[in-house]
This record gives sequence, structure tokens and C-alpha cells, in this order.
Amino acid sequence: MAEAIAFYTLSILILGLGVAVITTPRTVHSVVFLVLNFLCVAVLYVVLRAEFLAVIQILVYAGGIVVLYLFVVMLVNLKRQPEEHQDPRRLAKIGLGLSGAMLVELAAIVVYSYSREPSSVTAPSPAFPVQGNVEQLGWLLYTDYLIPFEVASVLLLVAMVGAIILARREL
Amino acid sequence: MDSIEAYVPILLFVLVATGFALFTLIVSALVSSSKYNKVKLEPYECGIEPETDARDRYSVRYYLIAMLFVIFDVETVFMFPWAVIMDELALFGLIEMLVFIFILVLGYVYAWRKGALEWV
Amino acid sequence: MLDTFIIPLLKIVVLLNAILISVTFMVLMERKVIAWAQSRLGPMRVGPYGVLQAIVDPIKLILKEDITPVKADKMLFSLAPILSLVPALVAFAVVPFGGDELFYVADINVGLLFFLSVTSIGVYGIILAGWASNSKYPLLASLRASAQLISYEIAVTMTLVSLILTAGTLSMVGIVEAQLTDGVWYGFVQPVAFVLVLIGGLAETNRVPFDLPEAETELTGGFHTEYSGMRFSLFFLAEYANIIVISAVTAILFFGGWLRPFPNVEALAFLDLIPGWIWLFSKIFLFLYLFMWIRATLPRYRYDQLMRIGWKLLIPIALANIVVTGIVKVLV
Repeated sequence: MAEAIAFYTLSILILGLGVAVITTPRTVHSVVFLVLNFLCVAVLYVVLRAEFLAVIQILVYAGGIVVLYLFVVMLVNLKRQPEEHQDPRRLAKIGLGLSGAMLVELAAIVVYSYSREPSSVTAPSPAFPVQGNVEQLGWLLYTDYLIPFEVASVLLLVAMVGAIILARREL
Repeated sequence: MDSIEAYVPILLFVLVATGFALFTLIVSALVSSSKYNKVKLEPYECGIEPETDARDRYSVRYYLIAMLFVIFDVETVFMFPWAVIMDELALFGLIEMLVFIFILVLGYVYAWRKGALEWV
Repeated sequence: MLDTFIIPLLKIVVLLNAILISVTFMVLMERKVIAWAQSRLGPMRVGPYGVLQAIVDPIKLILKEDITPVKADKMLFSLAPILSLVPALVAFAVVPFGGDELFYVADINVGLLFFLSVTSIGVYGIILAGWASNSKYPLLASLRASAQLISYEIAVTMTLVSLILTAGTLSMVGIVEAQLTDGVWYGFVQPVAFVLVLIGGLAETNRVPFDLPEAETELTGGFHTEYSGMRFSLFFLAEYANIIVISAVTAILFFGGWLRPFPNVEALAFLDLIPGWIWLFSKIFLFLYLFMWIRATLPRYRYDQLMRIGWKLLIPIALANIVVTGIVKVLV
């Protein structure tokens, strides 16, 4: 019961902050709303018993990626109006298309998860030699999901090279 | 300890800390003095009137530092679950992580050689 | 109900008061220590040896006028000090002052990571303060400060991985208990990590020799130049609360927390007569003194030197430390 209340309160907060992010005219304000939004998502992860994910959400998203956003916003200093040759209706059309696709995807997920056999959802979890949320996550990551983990490091390498090349023109 | 119960005090702490900050601000607003003076409300600029807006464009290095920070942050986060179960993973885990760190060091060396870590 | 809400709430209120009182007396202590380092007397007027200065200063700050510059962003200008203070206080939630449940607010499985992530939120207070002021010096200072904070955060986080390798848990209580089981303070097992965390801690709290954000000779007052009165005090409080929490966490991770010295030597068992929290408080006090001693001794780094130390010195050492710790762990 308490969990349901927590879940719905958080969902409303997250949605509300999300709307605030895209409707606030000042960019820095919307970044602040985004931080609050990410913090609420972290609390939601705690409610779902994903502790590690919750602290990572704060450490990487709220404490890292949004700092990057803030730097970029302050760097480019959006004081001018949007360029005139851009047709706002064209953007609206793309947005409509994208959100439509998103909606279809969400509907597909809902239909799929309801039509699935309930037994598969409550399948016994694999036996872990370790206890605790972080430990079990680590065990899966470093045994069953070893290849994705190593690929992630290559992905990060590419991201680093990309960032340097992008910024190097200015250096 | 039940995982979710342990987080209730933390949420309480956030609320109490925020409440304390707001409370002190309100109390201070009630008891502090306030005298209007136009010059006092101007941004500080060594006594002269500000000519331009402060929010100018800044060096791209800040962007680069933030970007490198995010990447290193994500890499470090991967190491924590590894570190707690190192006893169970043993040699296999060490080799995995050495490969991971090697790829990370490649990027680090690239950043170093390209001068991304310089601040001139 | 009682166990979930009332008792934690009482603990939080007690802890909050303890932090506030510590901060006021810490400011006095800092002034005294630096004065003695420079052969001065320090504050002497209010009360015997200036002891009451600690009570008078907060009252003065409450009574001061709180100015909002005309060009400032009103909402963010007020939000920034709160965003700076709240993480600094909440970080105390996972700091155990003793092994018993009475002495900590929360012991979570991911305690150390929680501490790191909460302190990483503090950077917003600084960036937003500079941006909201809409004044040149604060904005420059806040950009510098945030770049400094995130650079050293990487080094500290990486260093702590090697400590976690040694301890095998992320829970703060668990780390101290691991030191009891191993019979040694991890400061002796991981001396390199300890030095790195200490340097990183100085940089994260904007202390000398890394006090670039407040370099008064070039940036007037740093990111809070435009702040006055209570909102300034909140930044001040946040900074000192951060110093205390970093000292406490360093003592817990590397100096056995509430354990007595040489926890494995039976001959010293009489030291257990002293309660654990007194051990921890003395260790925290020593670190606070060390911070002040460093401030009285060292000059300030240049910004490019600071960045070079962070990215080209601390990060490679931290990575090498992880690799060495991992190899030693597999071999032994």
C-alpha cells in the first residue's frame, strides 16, 4: 500500500517536472527542473529496490551529465531568437511523428507483457554465490554479460575520442 | 535490514535539511534590516557601472572537462560492482578489469597526447 | 511507526544541531589556529579568549541585510544556497559514529556510493550561484569551481575503488567492521589511496591550496561575491559541513572509524574503555586541525597547475593503485 502511494506520487512528480523541463522558457531553469526530475527517478529506483541503479542515477545523471548540459547551456549562451529560416511547423511534424512512434512502442510493450504467460515473470532467479543488490548485479555483469561490458568500454573510448575531436577545432 | 526501510531516514533527512534552510532564510528575512539603495543592488564590478552582460560565451575547455568527467565517471561506476565481488571473481575478474582499464587508458593517452588535459 | 519515523527524526535533529554547533566553533578554531600560526592572538574581545565569538557570529549573520542584485535571477539566486547546503547535510546520513544502530541515521548497502553521489550534487549550488548572480566575477569563479570539483571527483571516486577492493563492501559500517576483522586500519594497507583522498578532499571542499574558487586576490569573493546575509551564511555553512563530513569519512575509511588504534593487539584492549564515538571524534578533530594547518602553511596553486595535478597526476596514480591492489589481491 505504502509502496503504491510512493510510486504514484513519484510518477506524478516525475511527469510534472518533465513537463516543466520542456515548457520553461529559460534554458537554465529547465536544466534545474531536469536535475530535480532525475533525483525523483532515483527515489523511484529505491522504491523498486534497485539501490545501485539509484545511486548511479544520482552520481552519473544528476551529478555528471546534467553538469555537462549546464556547461553547454552557459557556453553557447542562447540569447538570440531561433534562426528564421527554420520552419517551426516542420519541427512540429517531426515531433509528432516521433511521439507517435513512441506511443506505438509503449502500447506494444504493454500488450506484450500482458499477453505473456505469468509463470515466466515469476521464474526462479538464478542462483548467486553472493548476497546484496550491488554484488548480484556485479556477478551478472562480470559473468553472463561480460561481452557487453567490454563493448561498453570501447563505446566510452569512442565517446572520448569524439568529444576531443569536436572540441579540438576550438583549442 | 530491509533495503527500502533503510532509505526512509534519508528521505526524512532531505526534508529536515531543506526545511532548516528555508526556516533560517525566513527568520532572517523577518529580523534583518533592509534599506533601499540603487547602487547597492548593482552587480559588483570594482565600483564602476557594468558595461556588458556577465553571461558571455566561455571557453570550450569547460565543455571538454565536463565531457571527460562524464566518461570517466561512467567507467569508474563500472568498477564498483567489480570491486565488491573481487573475492568471488578471482583471477578471471582481474583479467576482465585489466582489459577494461587498458581500453580506458588508451582513451586517456589519446586525450593526453591531443592536449585535452592541458589548461593553458 | 516509531522505529521508521520518530527515532530517525530525533537522531536527525540531534545530528543537525551537532553539525551547526560544530561549524560555529570550527570557525573560531580556524581563526585561532591560523592566528597562532602567524604569532597573533586571534579573536580575544568576545568572552574569555574570544570563545563567545562562535555565538555572536551567527547572530550577526542573521541580522545582516540580505541583498538580491537587480540583474539577478531571483528564483535561482535563492535556490542556489539551499542546493549547496542540503547535499552537504544529507551526506551525514550515512556516516556512522559508532557500530551500534544508535549512532547512525542509515546504514545502506551502497553507503559509500551514496555519499559520493550526494556530494556530487553540491556542484549545482556553485554553478547556479554564479549564473544567477549575473555578475562577472561570480560567474567566472563558479565555472572554475565546478570544473575543479568534477576533475577531483573523478580522482577521488577512482581511488575509492581500490579501497573497496580491500574492504569488499560498500556499506560504511561494513568497511569499519572489515577493518576490525582484518585487524588493521586501511590507512596502512592503502597509504597511496589515503593521500589521494586527502588531496581530493582538500580540492572538493575548495580549501587551500586549492581555494581557486574563492581566490580573493583575483575574483573578489568567488562564486558568492553577490551574496550577503543569511544566503551567504548557508554557503558558508555548507562549506564547513563539507569539511567535517569529508574528515569523518576519511577517518572511517582509512583510520578505523570508531575502532581504537591497533584493533588486533590484545595488549591494548584497555583502550576499549574509551567509547568508540570518542575515538571517531578525536580522529575527525585531528583531520580538521590538519585542514587548518595546511591552510596556514601552503600557498595557492595556479589554475593550470591545479588541473594538471588532477588530470595528469592523481588519475594515473589512482588507476595504477587499482591495478596493483587487484593483482595483490589475486596473488595473496
